[in-house]
Amino acid sequence: MKHLALIATLATGALLLYGTKDFPAWGDPQAPASTYLSPHYIEDAVEETHVPNIVTAVLGDYRGYDTMFETVVIYCAGMAVVSVLSRKREEE
Amino acid sequence: MIWQLDLMILTLVVVCALVTINIKDLLGASVVFGIYSFLMCLLWAEMGAVDVAFTEATVGAGVSTIFFISAILRTTRRSKD
Amino acid sequence: MRDIYEHSAGEDLIIKTSVRLLVPFIQLFGLYVIVHGHYSPGGGFQGGVILGAAFILLALAYDMKTSQEYMTIRVNALFTNLGAAIFIGVGAVSAIFGGLFLDYAALNKLIPLGPIEWHSFGIFLVEVGVGFTVMSIMVLLYWNLSSSGTLDEGL
Repeated sequence: MKHLALIATLATGALLLYGTKDFPAWGDPQAPASTYLSPHYIEDAVEETHVPNIVTAVLGDYRGYDTMFETVVIYCAGMAVVSVLSRKREEE
Repeated sequence: MIWQLDLMILTLVVVCALVTINIKDLLGASVVFGIYSFLMCLLWAEMGAVDVAFTEATVGAGVSTIFFISAILRTTRRSKD
Repeated sequence: MRDIYEHSAGEDLIIKTSVRLLVPFIQLFGLYVIVHGHYSPGGGFQGGVILGAAFILLALAYDMKTSQEYMTIRVNALFTNLGAAIFIGVGAVSAIFGGLFLDYAALNKLIPLGPIEWHSFGIFLVEVGVGFTVMSIMVLLYWNLSSSGTLDEGL
């Protein structure tokens, strides 16, 4: 069973490494992600939001839903831990 | 990107990941996992993603290690398998 | 295993004094990271984690009661809900005043600062909300994990 798991892991890793061959190179200006949307952010973010840090502008404004649900996920994690673990001292 | 530095950090990341899986002592595993997070932070910073590196350094290497250790102190330190 | 935390380990004069000196500077750095997120790397999430880590450090060096003197459980619950309410409230108010949800330019009808300045200020409000929630959730997670849910004595 252990050998089967090892073979499955190695095959999946080889497939994933083979899949990265089709990825665009790191920082490639002709990549699809950096030809459609990134130029708009880079050129217009400071004019549209007056925030020099583009990452903050994208996270807080253009992708506000993303940050909002990230906060909600953190909130839900806290509530889940409290509802699972919380108890009074007398009940021991 | 300096490829020598990149290769060194990536090798250390793989070594830290293997050690984290294989070590029997859970306290040691969480400390090595903190080292893994910090190496990933260095990798992000080297690629120019400073915000992600900041998040990784604060959450991954800082707070989650404390959470792991406080959870281990309430349960057991030895891994069963 | 039990005797590690029965006699309070880490009750050391050097650790206590250095933590007491360090905590205000850590909190100041956390506030700087939140507020200066417009111009440098950082933002609500990272600054909130740093602010929470200051309280966790206080609870590690002293005990849990000391950290609860600085941030009580009630204030912690208040900050948790206040942060989420700030974020969702800013989005909802901008939807009420005629824009889309989280379209901060619509808040210009409430206080006329100019739509672009409102974009900048709306991002700031949202980051403060994220910082509040993340700070108090981190402290709450540490309290619950290290005292196994009783919130009275921990590491």
